[in-house]
Amino acid sequence: MDYSGNTPLQQKEMLEAIGLRSIEELFQSIPEKVRLQSSATPRARPLSEIEVVNELRDLAGQNKSALDYPLFLGGGYYDHFVPAALKFLIGRPEFYTAYTPYQAEASQGILQAIYEYQTFITLLTGMEAANASLYDGASALAEAALMAARINKRKTILVSQAIHPEYLSVLETYLSGSDLAIKRIPLKEGRVDSAFLKSSLDKDTSAVIISQPNFFGIFEEGERIAPFIRQNGSLYIVSVDPIALAMIRPPGEWGADIVVGEGQALGSGLNFGGPGLGFMASHLAFVRKMPGRLVGQTEDSLGRTGYVLTLQTREQHIRRAQATSNICTNHALNALAATIYLALLGKNGLKMVAGLCLQKAHYAARKITEIPGYKLKFKQPFFKEFVLSCPHPVEKINRRLLENKIIGGLDLAVRKKSLNGEFENCMLLAVTEKRSKEEIDKLIEVLKSLQKL
Amino acid sequence: MSKLIFEKGARGRTGASLPELDVPLKDISGLIPPGLARKNLPLPELTEPEVVRHYTELSKLNFSVDTNFYPLGSCTMKYNPKINEELANLPGFTHLHPYQSGDLSQGALTLMYNLEKSLSEIVGMDGFTLQPAAGAHGELTGILIVRAFFKDKGEKRKKIIIPDSAHGTNPSSARLGGFEIVEVETDGFGGIDIGHLGKVMNEETACLMLTNPNTLGLFEKNILEISSIVHQAGGLLYGDGANLNALLGKSRFGDMGFDLVHLNLHKTFATPHGGGGPGVGPLGVKKELLAYRPLPVVEKKGSRFYFNYDLPKSIGKVRSFYGNFLVMIKAYAYILSLGGEGLRKVAENAVLNANYLRTELKDYYDLPYDEVCLHEVVFSGNRQKARGVRTLDIAKRLIDFGLHPPTVYFPLNVPEALMIEPTETETKETLDYFIETMKKIAHEAEVNPDVLRQAPHNAPVGRLDEAKAARELDLAWRAK
Repeated sequence: MDYSGNTPLQQKEMLEAIGLRSIEELFQSIPEKVRLQSSATPRARPLSEIEVVNELRDLAGQNKSALDYPLFLGGGYYDHFVPAALKFLIGRPEFYTAYTPYQAEASQGILQAIYEYQTFITLLTGMEAANASLYDGASALAEAALMAARINKRKTILVSQAIHPEYLSVLETYLSGSDLAIKRIPLKEGRVDSAFLKSSLDKDTSAVIISQPNFFGIFEEGERIAPFIRQNGSLYIVSVDPIALAMIRPPGEWGADIVVGEGQALGSGLNFGGPGLGFMASHLAFVRKMPGRLVGQTEDSLGRTGYVLTLQTREQHIRRAQATSNICTNHALNALAATIYLALLGKNGLKMVAGLCLQKAHYAARKITEIPGYKLKFKQPFFKEFVLSCPHPVEKINRRLLENKIIGGLDLAVRKKSLNGEFENCMLLAVTEKRSKEEIDKLIEVLKSLQKL
Repeated sequence: MSKLIFEKGARGRTGASLPELDVPLKDISGLIPPGLARKNLPLPELTEPEVVRHYTELSKLNFSVDTNFYPLGSCTMKYNPKINEELANLPGFTHLHPYQSGDLSQGALTLMYNLEKSLSEIVGMDGFTLQPAAGAHGELTGILIVRAFFKDKGEKRKKIIIPDSAHGTNPSSARLGGFEIVEVETDGFGGIDIGHLGKVMNEETACLMLTNPNTLGLFEKNILEISSIVHQAGGLLYGDGANLNALLGKSRFGDMGFDLVHLNLHKTFATPHGGGGPGVGPLGVKKELLAYRPLPVVEKKGSRFYFNYDLPKSIGKVRSFYGNFLVMIKAYAYILSLGGEGLRKVAENAVLNANYLRTELKDYYDLPYDEVCLHEVVFSGNRQKARGVRTLDIAKRLIDFGLHPPTVYFPLNVPEALMIEPTETETKETLDYFIETMKKIAHEAEVNPDVLRQAPHNAPVGRLDEAKAARELDLAWRAK
């Protein structure tokens, strides 16, 4: 079905109005050499709705998901609870079949929702201004580095080795077209080596990037390093887990200049890695250097409150090559999901989610490390994720867990190159509010039974 | 306007039902470092019914494809089939973790592999990456591939040629990729000025970025000559496939000589725009560029699909994980539903609809390029401007009639531009209503221009003060 409705008779009427005899004549401007004749591409015949459903259900059925097996994977994407009401609201076609709200008077619904989203992000991060979303946490981090360099015109970005390795890779890709250099800050006990950081700061340092908590789930000493960065005139970029912000002081209170992160945990689901969303917040003074859309409040001629896209002169459709970023389409619907998620959970719900993650992850860590051969790789305080040093290769452990219908944690040994460290037999294990004690206990039981592999 | 969510609710309410703690409680002060614990979380407190009513009310203040004709030029606001939404919501897709093993995600990998193959066939390229999240992201990916390709060959090419009529993302992506931009002029027929292209093209040029059909809705008639000029100078030809809707089953970028092309699944392949995203901006490349694609690439060994990370020439990653997978599902289902034949009909009806609007409205609005167009037609509001009515006024007046305005003031090479793209999913009856309304507005411009200058009259708010928004920045609500 092609969803078009012009009948053959209507097509004829329209062609007559245009002054042509056939549909083919509409395509005369395409040189014959590159005009396809009748052979359709792709060759596949159209499928009926029943056939399409069968085909896609078959593909979905070939996957095993977090609904089939309890899942202890994290590493940037987490199996958090998504309330049913959220799906119904973002499923309203008035939201999801609209375009970017260029025509404000016909788009007040999404514009007000984005204004609320921006507010939510500033409340969570403790910053003054947030943009209307970016693609994901990784590209948001890369955009933050570019933004910092626009602000202070310096050329070096110092990056903690404990940010997500994929974020580091995206940062390198984004900066490969610029004259900015990336320097990695090594770790001490799984977090930023602050003495090294302090000695690495110089007049070329545009920004310092850390992740809070970091890739290993560990809380960084974010506040302790802030004064060094400020005194050096560099900017402080912090990539955060928004769920953790229910529990830890917002980076805006301890010296961050740009706060970014992955918003998938806020109501977007796992989705095999996308779409989630990237969020970004900063001081109001930096807002003209920010990438992406911004929604501002204003009035109509009768003094009624309304919302519009604002400071568009930063953007590609006005400023072209001089724009703050090339971004156009962003992740508005996921930003709407984040807004509704935060509205539904509210102050008490979000605190509960964070508390459940914290308690359950620590319960799992305590119990697993009682099993001979299992240790915590690092001694530092952590949130909902931790690195386990195991007595066997993680690949083998995970295979046995799967035989017992459990999806185990992330194998860090295969990522040791990008992590730039020794991670033999190391597993990054995540526990969210969705994992019950029963599921955690089953994981522990199976690990116990694997003493001899 | 509706109150903000922050002005609603009451202390102690919540809209989510969470499980009780079932493991022994440990004192938080022992788990979170001293000084790091948050004291105040200033979020609203509402019940689920309050939240549902609030956002349902907001949704009603929006125009959308499901409620209004939405002829936004260059955006391809076609109908978004409901079955695709349902399929993308299958739990076997939505609950997949990106790091789970290949054995547990064969269905997802198969889908990505098949979608890449279908897209390659549709536009005549040798392979795709589905990683870019949007059109501009696909452009950046393409530009970085161009950069890596020439670096590999040891050639120092610093410039990218872009027509003055291009989408704003083209020059900004090229600059983000580290290139200098050279503009090439448009000729009197809306195409690239071949003579000028020959002059600016040289051994410093990495590529020409070209939108085809261009932003005037016209096919680049000299495409083969353009391709040969670019390739003879050792450059690459980059395609902006935003307007692919006009070419489905009619002509292929690969056959025209393009070396890279990005598409927009959220335009041509009927995935919804979501009020500004998410989309997917897949990038197709010819054989010699396959090795530079972002990591990882989906490949097949025997009957098993897997992610290949072993591409030493890859530009790296342009985002985390593999792309906007749920959007890919919708596009794949759309391609299956239409088949090759259906896709060709899409182009035919899209182009027929655009030309019908062109002929019916050209006596009422200036038409700078009066020739058979493809998927969209660009009028100028110059005639109305002479009466003191601007294109913006025409756009705002359309809202009063339940019609979403076209794209305005773009492309830049048409003064007071009105860029109209009806798409194939609109019927003649809808087009006739739009035509009637546009004629009425043209008449109002003659006899009662004030009604246009003060439009909209029936929207939730009147014309909003954008200057005030920028001058007195208010980007977030604050407790009074």
